[in-house]
Formats: sequence, C-alpha cells, structure tokens
Amino acid sequence: MENIVDVKSLNLTKKDFESDQMVKWCPGCGDHAILRAVENVFPELGIPKEDFVVVSGIGCSSRFPYYMNTYGIHGIHGRAAALATGIKLTNPKLSVWMISGDGDSMAIGGNHFIHIARRNPDINYLMFNNKIYGLTKGQYSPTTPKGAITKTSPQGTFEPPFNPGELVIGANGKFFARVVDTNLKLMSKIFKEAAEFKGASIVEILANCVIFSNKVHSLITGKDTKVNNQIILEAGKPMLFGEDNKKGIILEGTHLKAVVVGEDGITLDDILIHKPETAAPGIHMMLASMAPPELPAAIGVIRAVKTPTLEEQVWNAIDEVKEVSSFNSVDNLLNSGNTWEVE
Amino acid sequence: MTTKKNKVVELEHAVIRFAGDSGDGMQLTGGLFSDSTAFAGNDFATFPDYPSEIRAPQGTISGVSGFQIHFGRTDIHTSGDLANVLVAMNPASLKANMRWITKDAIIIVDTDSFIEKNFAKAGYVENPLLDESLVGHVVVKAPLTTLTREAVKELNLDNKTAQKSKNMFALGLVFYMFNRDYKKTFSFFESKFKKNPIIVKSNKLVLEAGYNFGDTLEVFANTYKVEPAPLKKGTYRNITGNLATAWGLLAAGERADRNIFLGSYPITPASEILQELSKHKEFTAIAFQAEDEIAGIVSTIGASFAGAMAVTTTSGPGLSLKSEAIGLAVITELPIVIIDVQRGGPSTGLPTKSEQSDLLQALFGRNGDAPVIVIAATSSSDCFYAAFEASKLALEHMTPVILLTDGTIANGSEVFKIPKVGDLPKINPPIVEANDATYKPYARDKQSLARRWALPGTEGLRHRIGGLEKEDISGNVSMDPMNHQVMTNLRFEKIKRVANYIPEQEVIGADDSDILVVSWGGTYGVLYTAINQLIEEGKSVSLAHFKHIMPLPKNTKEIFARYKKIVVCEINMGQFVNYLRMEFPEFTYEQYNKVQGLPFMVSEIVDKVNEFLND
Repeated sequence: MENIVDVKSLNLTKKDFESDQMVKWCPGCGDHAILRAVENVFPELGIPKEDFVVVSGIGCSSRFPYYMNTYGIHGIHGRAAALATGIKLTNPKLSVWMISGDGDSMAIGGNHFIHIARRNPDINYLMFNNKIYGLTKGQYSPTTPKGAITKTSPQGTFEPPFNPGELVIGANGKFFARVVDTNLKLMSKIFKEAAEFKGASIVEILANCVIFSNKVHSLITGKDTKVNNQIILEAGKPMLFGEDNKKGIILEGTHLKAVVVGEDGITLDDILIHKPETAAPGIHMMLASMAPPELPAAIGVIRAVKTPTLEEQVWNAIDEVKEVSSFNSVDNLLNSGNTWEVE
Repeated sequence: MTTKKNKVVELEHAVIRFAGDSGDGMQLTGGLFSDSTAFAGNDFATFPDYPSEIRAPQGTISGVSGFQIHFGRTDIHTSGDLANVLVAMNPASLKANMRWITKDAIIIVDTDSFIEKNFAKAGYVENPLLDESLVGHVVVKAPLTTLTREAVKELNLDNKTAQKSKNMFALGLVFYMFNRDYKKTFSFFESKFKKNPIIVKSNKLVLEAGYNFGDTLEVFANTYKVEPAPLKKGTYRNITGNLATAWGLLAAGERADRNIFLGSYPITPASEILQELSKHKEFTAIAFQAEDEIAGIVSTIGASFAGAMAVTTTSGPGLSLKSEAIGLAVITELPIVIIDVQRGGPSTGLPTKSEQSDLLQALFGRNGDAPVIVIAATSSSDCFYAAFEASKLALEHMTPVILLTDGTIANGSEVFKIPKVGDLPKINPPIVEANDATYKPYARDKQSLARRWALPGTEGLRHRIGGLEKEDISGNVSMDPMNHQVMTNLRFEKIKRVANYIPEQEVIGADDSDILVVSWGGTYGVLYTAINQLIEEGKSVSLAHFKHIMPLPKNTKEIFARYKKIVVCEINMGQFVNYLRMEFPEFTYEQYNKVQGLPFMVSEIVDKVNEFLND
C-alpha cells in the first residue's frame, strides 16, 4: 500500500538519506557497510523520502535511525517490532524499516520477533547478527555459538544458539533472507527484494563486531573460505556453489546433502532448484539450517511466500464495516440499543 | 396488568440482589430488571459480583454469581450497601449472600434446589430453611424449577432446556413484587432469540408464569412501588464503566479528527474496552490485540508517532509491565492514553475484585524522573468524560496520560444522560503543516510547553526521536549534563502547567466544616451519598472528591487550609494520603482505608466520619 511512484521522477540520491549526525560505530564495524547498502537502496524504491520510517530497539545496530535522514524512532530494548507494527497499522502508506540485533531480536525481543513473523505486516526487518552483545561490551547472546568464551561465559557458553531463520520459518513467517556484511552489492539487492516483498521481510545480516566477536563469521565470509562455505540462492536456479559452481545441494532422504556435479553419477538434474515461493516450509527450513563445515550457509532470499499483509486485512475490514454499519457517527452509537426519554 | 389484591407500599429506594450458580443466568436476570427499572423512570446503579472462574464447581460458594441493583425516586450514586430483596437460586447463593442483606430482607428461594446434596456443597449441615438462621426474614419458598417446567409443558421441551429459564420465573416474581410491566421484556426475548422461536415462547411463558404466581398465590403480604426519579430532561441509557470508557475514546477520536489505535493485551477487568473498540471499525478505530502488555503499549507509541489517537488499556499487573514504555512516551513526548482498570493486588491478586492500589504506581512507577498526567474516573458514567478528557489532555499537551478506573465502576452500571458529541469540546492536537521551515522537534508552545506533532509522511518534517535524552529544541541526542537538567525541568513544568487546563477542585458542603473528607476516583458515589446523609443529619462535614491527581487542581492547598481536620478515605493502604503528605506537608491528615476487594459501604463512611467528629 506504499505510495510507489516513478523512481526517476523523485530524483533521489544517496545524499537525500544521509543524516548530519556523526556515525559513532567502531571503525571496521560491519554496521557501516549495512548503512551504505540501505542508503543505496532507498533512492531506488520509488518511495518519496518523507514516507520512510526507520525504527529500532536498543543495541549498536539500533542507533541506525539517527544516521538516516528519514522519519525515525529509536525505541526500547527488544520492542521495535511492536513500534513498527503500530506505525504500519496506523499508516500503511509508510515504508517501515526495522533495525535490530541478535540480542534485541532473539533475547529480550524474542516474543515480538515470532509474532511479527506470523502476523506479516509489510515491514522490512534488518537483523544484524554479530552473535555477541556489543553495546554492553561483550556478553554472549542467544546466537553465540555453544562453547564460546565471552565475558559472561568464561568456561564457554552452555547454551545451544538460536538460528534466526529457523525461528522465522517455525513462527509461520513468510519471508526470510540472509546476507553477509562483506558483500555490499548483494546486500543492496536483497534489501531491495525485501522492500518489494509485501509482508514481514526478515533479513539476517551476518555482521562482524571487530571488538567482541571479531571474525565470528569468517568461515562463511572469509576470502579463501567463502567459496565452499556459502551458497548464494537464486529463485528458479539450481543450488550450486563452490569453485566454478561445481558443487550443489541435493535432497537425500529427509536431508540436504552437498555433492559434486559429475561425481558419483550426480548430474545437474539432481541438484535442487530454489523455490522461495513454495508455501511448504520443509526445504526452506533445511536451507536456513545449513551450516559449515558439512553444508554451506545459505545466502540470499530463502523464503518469500505471498499472503495478505496484516494492515491490508485490517484496513479492508475497516472499509467493509463502514459499508454495512448503521452508525454514521458516535452520536448514533450512544443512542443505540435500550434508551429512554425523560420529559 | 391485573388488579392488585394486596397493598402497594411506596418506597424511596430499594436494593435487590439476584444470586445463583454461575450457570443460572443471574447477570442476564439483573440486566433485564435494570432495563425494566429504566422504563419505570427510576435512577439506578448496578454491580455484578461474579467469580474469577468461568464455571466454578456447581452448587459451591465459589461458583456463586450475583447481581445487585439499587434504584430509587431520588438520585442514586451507589449500587447499595445491603439488599432488601435477595433471590437465591440455591443454598450456596443463600449462604454467600446472607452478609449482604438487611436484617429484614425478603428472601426468595428455589426450594427445588434446597436438597441434601446441595447443602453439603454449600457448607450447610442442615436445611437452612428449617433452622433458625433465617429468623427475621420473610422467606418466600417456591419450587421455581418445577413451576418453570410446568409453565412450558405445552412446548414439550426436554427437562434441561425447560429448566434453563427458571431465572425468568424468578424475574417474573420480582416484577410482580415491584409492580413492573413484564410484557416490556418480551421484546428482548424476541430480538435475543430471533433464530429460536421456541426459546422466545418458553421465556415469555415462564416470565408470565412467575408474575402470575406472585399474583394468584399472594405470596407477598405487600407489593412495592418506587416512583420515577426527577431526572433532567434528556435521553438516557444504562452504561457500565468499561463501555463508557470505550465510547468516551470514540467520541474523543471524533472531536480530535484522528483515527483511533488501541493496542492492548486482554486482562480482567479491562478486556471489555478492547472488545468494544474491536466492534467499531466504522469509526476507523484499530483495535490491535498484542502478544503481551509491553507490545500493547509499544505498538500504541508507534501508532501515536504515526499520528493516531493512541490508547492502551490494562489492569495493575499490566501497568507494571508497561512502565519502561511509559518512560519512552515521556521522553519522546508523544500523546498516549493508558487506561488502568484497577483490581486487587499485589501480583495476580484479586482479578475480579476492585481496589485503588495502583495510584502510586501510576504516579511514580517508572525509572528516571518521568512525570505524566494522572486522572481518575469517579463513576461508571464519568468514565465516558474521563476517557474523553484523558484523550484531550494527551493530544493537546503531547504527553502520556494515565486514566485510573477500577473494577467497581468498570463492571458496575448506572444511568447515563446521553450527551451530544458536538457539545463536547473540540480537541486540537498541535499537528505541524507540511514544509513548515520553523519546525524543530523539541520547540514548545510558550503556554503549555507542548512540543509539536510532525507526522511521518508529511513533506519537509523528517526528524528522529527516541529514548536517549534529547537536546532542547533540536531533539538531537544529547548527553550534555546541563541539557539533561533543562529537559528534566521542562518535562516537570509541562505536567505542572496542565493545572491551568483542568477545572478547580469543588467542595460539597460548607467552607468551614469541622471535617473535610477527601476521596478520589471510583469511590465518589459512596462518599457523595454518605457525606450528604451526614450533612442532612446536621453534621459539620464537607467532601472534596478528586478526579485530577497529577497535577492536582490549583486550589487544592487553599481548600485544605480551610478545614481543621482532613480525613482521606480510599480503597488501599493510604496511597493518596501519602501523596498529599508529600505535596502539602503543612497539613495533618487522618486516613480511613479498606482493602477487602470491595467498595466502601455508605454506612462504613458515615460511622467512620462520626467517630472522627466525636474525637
């Protein structure tokens, strides 16, 4: 329901969205690249600049609204999803962008996270996953790998982590994508796809915290290791990765398996074709779960299933009730039912 | 109507209590008697008294559901201390209600349910109809269940269906007793059971049979009549506090020309407000049932940022959960209304019982210095005006407002003179026009200190707000020590100045009485009735009943200075009195507190004030 117009007629550039406030993230922090990607995408969407609202919770990532020249609101810890839902329901024409981190979304805001996924308001949800609490200086988060040594886990954590994609899909979410902060071009492309998807588009960004969890994603994002440890999924295309795309993903029994095309009788026809639009969650769930070293981490849009958005249904109901209601004004309502006159 | 054989006694006012098992339909019976009372032209107030369990074990004390109505030819402000008539559908409802009836009350019992197995469930050793326990009462013993079955014999219903309308037999009997026109209730059956003509028929037959039973058998020595009350000219209806609250919000939305957003999580006794607004999408009201109390208020703050008249409803435990978010609304200076229908606490406490024990939480229950406006509705019908005023103050002063109601006035009902929405004041939120070059997010109105409201989607007003301290005027993030002082002062001063926009405090009674009784919120009806009774008896007593708590009316101090003794009465351990001690330490305060999950009785206030007078 956003007010989409011709991109060229708006004549917006990155500059239109840059704020005059000093960006205070650490030098080398992955968040800088994410900010650049968002600034790249906003002028491309055909949305007037006053229609963007950037909403956040608490954490390093959540300072984001102050760094964008849009309408913005920096909320309280974990609750940005509720803020964003209230904004979108009130004014569906706004393009609402929600910025959160792994602490904000997976711990204190875990409840709101699963509910925004299931309700499906048309909100673009960027979840910066650096697998650590940055702003509070280095405690483990719900996505910290089990056994990791942090300030609050001197013997290593005892807790298995959440996988955000599994949570989204498990919560009946309709859109999930994963990107890495080292690939600006792909980030921009996926953010645009998230924006164009009508529904709660949740994007996990594997972001690097140079101070407290440096290189936590290095197996997936490292220059030399990424080729075998990430697979960039594209709708309608076979799931190929590795050097010269020689490797692929097949379904074997109830599991996904990495194979080499041309070996053991495997041909290109055996490789799964990516279908993000499939409503059944099975394959999407398995793709979201894939992790090195056994399988490459899935990057790109993993799931994008069209269903009516929350605000669309609410506003349709408002229109329908207005058609049939016998109340034209609150006066009508006050005088309805059992009333009596005193002369 | 048939001609009465027995004497008709005229009464000033009367209290009837309908009591039965929670499945016996006592709330409906009471509701229908209320409608009939309205037709009879009496003033009245009602109160339902029901268990927190949906269907507690049948026949037990904990399963008793009651409905009390107080009606009269004079102004009625309470649902009555003790009932003059008790309808007890089973032994448990008799046992549970003996303490709530007058010594000479008339008791109508269904003898069919006074059988051995029910005595044990109710905790009776013997049949209470046969021992001495009801001495002094007129007991009308009738086999209501059998008579109900008889009345619908021609319809060939199964026993279970037939017996179901035994509450209508009791209602018919009470209608006879009070000389009511039972046929007026037929239209209710016709609309309620439209799809089931047999049920319409059976209810009509049973109601009529109950009425005729009273008439033919002359079960009552007298019948009673309460003449119409001299109400002002106008259109009236019966209204509960929760319904009045919901409608007050709708009226405010219309006068503010804003869409309404209600973000709430269901909680007793506030859920009806959420349910009611869910029904009224025609007024562009969005009722969003959030996943928890926190999401309820935070979605409300989002809606307010986006330009809605935004409201959240809750009860005590929910207000605790909303504390941090109220702070966000304080620092972002966004208009939201938080409605707390108070119940007994702490923790889950007494969900279906009432208390005034969230006052200090409303005033101070947040981190940081975080002042908000607090007002308290005084009665069921006042909930309409209180909700309207809370919305007006929030929108015009750009601040959260906490409206305190309570279980007693929320569930209780009274006669409501229907206002014209056009006669209510216009609400003018300070919305900024597009491309206003002078706009600064934290620049303020010189008088009220309210900042202006720039709505996302408006050209030329892009800005950021949030929970970090704001720089004065610009609204940029600021950690500057002197700026924090300035902003904290401004937030306090803004709320303080609201005193210029609320009415002065009124006093009932003389300017120089020996005692000034002080009360606040939902206890108004009882205090008003009690103090007027004392004044009529010639006692030197006045009443100051507060609706505006933060800020207090400007003349509060001046009023207190006029009286020798101040007695603060409230349904908590002394929260308002301690707030007054803090605000005006120069006065000495006596206090009277009750925390039984029940409202004050008029007699309790009268007795207590007499004690203080004799001190």
